[in-house]
Parts: sequence; structure tokens; C-alpha cells
Amino acid sequence: MAKYALRALALVYLLFLLVLPVALIVWRTFGDGFGPFAEALTSPSALHAFQVTLTVAVWAVVANTLFGIGVSILLVRHSFPGKRLLNAFIDLPMAVSPVVVGLALILVYGRFAPVGGLLESWGIQVIFSTPGMVLATVFVSLPLVVRAVVPVLEELGDEQEQAAHTLGASRFQAFLRITLPGIRWALGYGVVLCLARSLGEYGAVAVVSGRLVDQTQTLTLFVEERFQNFDQPAAFAAATALALIAVVTLLLTKLLRPKD
Amino acid sequence: MAIEVRDVNKSFGTTPVLREVSVDVASGSLTALLGPSGGGKSTLLRVIAGLEQPDTGTVRISGVDATRLSPQRRNVGFVFQHYAAFKHLSVFRNVAFGLEIRKRPKDEIRKRVMELLELVHLEKMADRYPSQLSGGQRQRMALARALAVEPEVLLLDEPFGALDAQVRKELRTWLRRLHDEVHVTTVFVTHDQEEAIEVADTIVVLANGEVVQVGSPADVYDNPANPFVMRFLGPVTEIGGSLVRPHDIEISVDPIEGGTPATVSRVVRLGFEVRVEVEVGGQEAWVQVTREFADRLGLEPGDAVVVRPAPGARSLALSAV
Repeated sequence: MAKYALRALALVYLLFLLVLPVALIVWRTFGDGFGPFAEALTSPSALHAFQVTLTVAVWAVVANTLFGIGVSILLVRHSFPGKRLLNAFIDLPMAVSPVVVGLALILVYGRFAPVGGLLESWGIQVIFSTPGMVLATVFVSLPLVVRAVVPVLEELGDEQEQAAHTLGASRFQAFLRITLPGIRWALGYGVVLCLARSLGEYGAVAVVSGRLVDQTQTLTLFVEERFQNFDQPAAFAAATALALIAVVTLLLTKLLRPKD
Repeated sequence: MAIEVRDVNKSFGTTPVLREVSVDVASGSLTALLGPSGGGKSTLLRVIAGLEQPDTGTVRISGVDATRLSPQRRNVGFVFQHYAAFKHLSVFRNVAFGLEIRKRPKDEIRKRVMELLELVHLEKMADRYPSQLSGGQRQRMALARALAVEPEVLLLDEPFGALDAQVRKELRTWLRRLHDEVHVTTVFVTHDQEEAIEVADTIVVLANGEVVQVGSPADVYDNPANPFVMRFLGPVTEIGGSLVRPHDIEISVDPIEGGTPATVSRVVRLGFEVRVEVEVGGQEAWVQVTREFADRLGLEPGDAVVVRPAPGARSLALSAV
């Protein structure tokens, strides 16, 4: 009896928390057929928001992939003073609210801050522009690749790399031919997680972007702005699009996971 | 000399692992680095390969000072205890790895790899992955991989250590035969004295980071430099304050010249060999005799006997230590 009660409880919990809201959004989106959905998503503002989201996400993923591989190798294969501190710092973005991240970035890179002022004099605008949004997104998704790769790299050990060295491979060749294939599934998993997080980021990007419609508006910001302006069809359509992307990435991670 | 190691010192933190180690390895020889675990033999092998840097001292390979050379440039073949197989590559690609790095032409690689796979009896496994091979097969693959680049020296770190006893014995004999075919200067690390005696033509005994003795297997077995080497190389027992090999003791029921009276405490039959445990002057000792000999004497626990080291047998006086 208790077993069934628990099951029912879990189902009801999920129903009200997850299934109902998502189903309602989908229902609202497609309530008037596929036409309005396509129309809402192909408006110039929506297309622009898609493009901004993609640009920011791709740059953030590239940055975090390179950083993630580098730091993982540093943490697993080398010992140096301050290693534990670095290890702790990597998890910091998990603990800090994205809004705080955004404000902190403005403090450093804003027009009237020393670093931001300097960059501005060179013609590089960070805040209220793409570089700032990329920075914010990189920050919030920083740990994802590292945390996916480190355990696999640890398990892999360094004997295969040493064997490659004795066979004449340079460090870089050993990395490309041995280490990288060894961590590819974990890396793929980390990259997909990082991409999902980057596409869905709201708080930090909202602060640093200035929410300029048709300029620095990402898809999440577009949803919020449309909703505030009572353009519910557009808001729901974009929300459904985001949800679909999330589902696809979730499936991808499921595909990537068991291979290790 | 294929390898000359001179005055090598190496510490991990404050623990010295190698102390003033000097070893010469003759070209074309098959040398065993033998010693208890923690004796520094693996570290010495890794220093020769360039996988560890010595704190002081030099390593010369084929007359060239290799002390500061990276492993990549030493042209040594290294075989790891746990195979270090490239898991994502087929057996063929594993063996081809060194040749691919050297950018050899495709047909040459194919020819050479197939030759080597035949040599290690894996020609039918070329398309398999390491996970589909047994331990012994993986280790043979690792050996072919190391041989593919025609190394100046082949270094094996406890190559059979992770295999079960049966496969271990097979591979031992096989390694010896392989060496007779290929003639590449080979150094292998082992803690198994039987393996060293059976396979190697020179044994270097290492203990506490120091070279204790170097010699042929017979030499090291028959003329051990000290009680440690004698104990490590084979069974020993103690009579009259000396270390003696149990098969070098004469046992008799009749008085013999220079004999010491003893009492039989136990007779253990181990197939062909019979272990006679005796008490000599209040101390336990044992004598190894053949079954035939034991039957002729008809020894029983409690019998009074006389024991003495066989004439010409090497024994080591323990008082000297």
C-alpha cells in the first residue's frame, strides 16, 4: 500500500511541478495551430534573439571547452601550490547567484570602471554588448566541462600517455591521439551540458546586456520581454522553442552518458 | 655497452629510492632487475626510459648521453605491467602507433605490423580491440607495439606481474625464445627470482635502492654476495650458524664426519621433493631430499639423525653480518 502511495505522491508532485506547466505552455503555443507558432518565431525580433543566443552560447561553449580541458589536465596530471584553491574556485559559479555575477562584471568592465574604461578607449565595448554577455555566460557555465572531464581523466591514468611518449609521440601528439579520444564521451557530455546552460542563461545576461531589443536580446530575455508586453503567443512560442532545445540536449546527454 | 647507468641518485620527496646506482647492460643481453618491492628496480627502469629524471648521475644509451633526453627521443621500447593498451585503437593501430608517429608510408606500416603480430601470435586479432583480448594477449600486443619502432633497448616493467601463474610461465619461456630471435637488448624488472633465473642471462639484484650484486643466474644463486641475496634467490635454512640451501645438506642416520646431531620433527611429501624438518641444537631447520632418498632412510618424526652441509656446498656464515 505504502509503495503505491509513494508512487502516487511522486507522480502528483511531478504533475503539478513539471508536467502541467510544460504541457500548458505547449498547449497554449499550439492552441491555434502551427501557423501562429511559426509566425511568432520568425518575427525579426525573435530571429535576432535566436541569433544573439546562438552567438553567445557558441563562444561560451568554445571558451569553456578549451578552459575545461586545460584545467582538467592541470588538476589531474600536475601538482602545484594552490591546486586545491583552484579546484574550489571552479565550483564558485555554482554557488554565486547569476545576478551577482552580472553586477560584478559591470563593476569591472562597465564604462566608468578602470578596466572597462581602458577597453572602451580601444573601441571595445564589453557591457551592453556581446563580449559582456559571453563573459557572463562563460562564468555561469564554467564548472560543467571540468566536472565532467576530471573523473574520467583520473580513471584513464597516465600510463597510456607515457606509452605514447616512449613510442615517439610529443606531448601534443599524445594529447591528440591518446588523451582526447580517451575523454571524448565525457567531454561531449560536458559540452552538451554547457551548451544547455548557456542557451538557458537568464540572470547574469539580463544584467550585463541592458536588454536592448533587437540588439542584445537573447531568447530568454525575449520571452520575458514579450510576456511583459502582453504578447503571449510570442512569449509562449519562444518558451516552447527553448524547452524543445532543452529536451534535445537532455536526450543527447543520455546518449553520451552510458558510453563511459 | 647498450646501457650505462652511472652514479644515479633519485629521491621521491625525502625518501631516497636509488642510491649511487651504476649498472652496465651489454648489447644483445637479457638482463633482469631483481629485488623486493620498494627496492627501486622499477624506478631505475623508468630512469633508463626517461619517464623519471634522476637527481644526479647519468644514463647513456648506445654511447649517447641520454640523461636529459625526453622519452620521446630515446628510442626505447617500454612495456608496462598493466599493458597501457590504447583502448580506443584496434590491435593493429596499437602496434602501428609508433610508426604512424614517425610518418612511415602506409604499406610499410602494414607490412611491419603484420610481421610483428605474427611474431607475437596475434595475427588473427588485428581488428580486435584491447578489451576483447586476454591479459596475456594484451601484453604480447604491448610487446609488439614496443618492438615496432625498432628500439635500441626494450624495457619491461614487471611484464608478467598482472597475469595468472599459468600464463606467466608460458610467457616467460616465450619471452626467452623471442629474445633469441630478435636479439634486442632487453631489461626487465621482476620480484620473482624464479622468473629472473629462468629468463635472464644477467641478474642485477637491487635492494633498498642499491645494487647488491650483478652476475649470471648461476653465479648469483651459487655465490650470493650476502645473506640477503642468498635468501632472496632461493630457499635457505640455518644450521650451525650458517645459511645453507636445503638441498645442499646431507642427512644420515649413521654418524658422519663433521655432522651435527638433529631430531626429525616432521616429514612433508611434496610430490618428488620431500621436506624433512629437523631440530638442530634447539633450532628449526629443514632439508630437501628426493622421495627415493627419503624412502630409503625411512625417516619418521622423532628419529635421531646427523646433518652437515654437503662438501663443496656454498654456505654463508651468519656471524659475519
